[in-house]
Amino acid sequence: MATKEALRIADGDSVAVALTSLGEGEVVTVDSHTVLVCERIPVYHKFALKDIRAGEKVFKYGEIIGEAVTDIARGSHVHVHNVRSLRG
Amino acid sequence: MRTIKAYKRADGSVGIRNKVLVLPSVVCAAETARMIAGQVQGTVALQNHLGCGQIGEDAKMTVDTLVGLGRNPNVFGVLVVGLGCETARPHAVAEAIAASGKPVECVVIQELGGTLNTIREGVRLAMDLVQRASMEERVPCDAADLCVAVECGGSDPTSGIAANPSVGSACDRVVAAGGTVILSETTELIGAEHLLAKRAVAPEVGEALKAICRRMEQRAADMGTSLRGGNPSPGNIEGGLTTLEEKSLGCVHKAGTSPLQEVLPYGAAPTRKGLVMMDTPGFDIDSVTGMVAGGAQLCVFTTGLGTPVGNPIAPVIKVTGNPATYGRMRDNLDINAGRILEEGLSIDEMGEEIWREILAVAEGKQTRSEILGYCESSFWRCGTCV
Repeated sequence: MATKEALRIADGDSVAVALTSLGEGEVVTVDSHTVLVCERIPVYHKFALKDIRAGEKVFKYGEIIGEAVTDIARGSHVHVHNVRSLRG
Repeated sequence: MRTIKAYKRADGSVGIRNKVLVLPSVVCAAETARMIAGQVQGTVALQNHLGCGQIGEDAKMTVDTLVGLGRNPNVFGVLVVGLGCETARPHAVAEAIAASGKPVECVVIQELGGTLNTIREGVRLAMDLVQRASMEERVPCDAADLCVAVECGGSDPTSGIAANPSVGSACDRVVAAGGTVILSETTELIGAEHLLAKRAVAPEVGEALKAICRRMEQRAADMGTSLRGGNPSPGNIEGGLTTLEEKSLGCVHKAGTSPLQEVLPYGAAPTRKGLVMMDTPGFDIDSVTGMVAGGAQLCVFTTGLGTPVGNPIAPVIKVTGNPATYGRMRDNLDINAGRILEEGLSIDEMGEEIWREILAVAEGKQTRSEILGYCESSFWRCGTCV
């Protein structure tokens, strides 16, 4: 059993990593954030800690991991369907 | 000084294994090399799918890699097996390896007249090498002579939060003991290169690092595509990694926190101790082969999804950050860094455990991939086949 349900790696990250599979409607506390999970988050996938607007940079490890391509509501799954790479 | 029991070579280098390598200079001799190695216990045949139809820098890179693999300190002696007409001249490869002072023999199929004559002569020479190798003994050596390659493959998000930081912590211990750590996989620095560049010992080292990342992106652009089609891989994405930047930011943790001393071309030997970067693709086998050609005696390999791969010359220690993967693929995995997530172990505690495992493997402890006989190798190339 994981010691925590989710992990925010660095201050300022806009996403957290689910350390266990999370279901719709679960309430998760990550550091000072309390988030209502709005869809299923598979284990080790990311969810938004805040509302992220289309075009906004997404932060994990305290660094930019890409850019939102749609508005992403707090508690939503953050992955290839709503974030694009800026490199490569 | 921390000592390890290892093999002292004629050129002063230190080996942690005592291999007799059967090295085909070209793919046309690779099956014959495999047949010779199959007859002689105590030898290992290298997989080489190149060696001809190559030009310029691409041809040179293959020859340099073959020579580097032969010169690796884990190799006691080498039998080069050539066809005769290939670009990678077998006698020249043998001579370049022999310059390190180790015993090297060479058989060439067209010179000896066919498979049967080559196998007979090759087996005879390989037998003598194995017998000589068997007389070597481990002696106390300085752990500062260790050169550790770090690699990640089949990554998932646990790699960046558990396995890679733990390996990074172990790498800091390797460097503190005076040793060398080779980081590679240029593709998987893209998006994180600024973090490593800040730790460069000189501005030109940081610039060289950024330049190899730009070149890697340019190669994809020259093909009219982007790296995104292949990296992150489908398995990376299924596991939860979204972009190349995210993957890179996890990957870079496995280098630890030491200053970056230099940036090396593919397959080249480090000229400085401490943390160095080698320009390789993210493709695991090409990358590990390059670092072993550069002299790494051991590889620490992190994986989230699990992989069985090994190397013919250097033992590979497999570390996973994913406790479920460890449970499913224990036969392929040496260390469960997933205990950080499940049991709350610290990165520092895992780093110490991996460092102790590095020392144990250096003194002869067999890794899972060694026991199962995995010995993949493949070479990066920078040109077209002609």
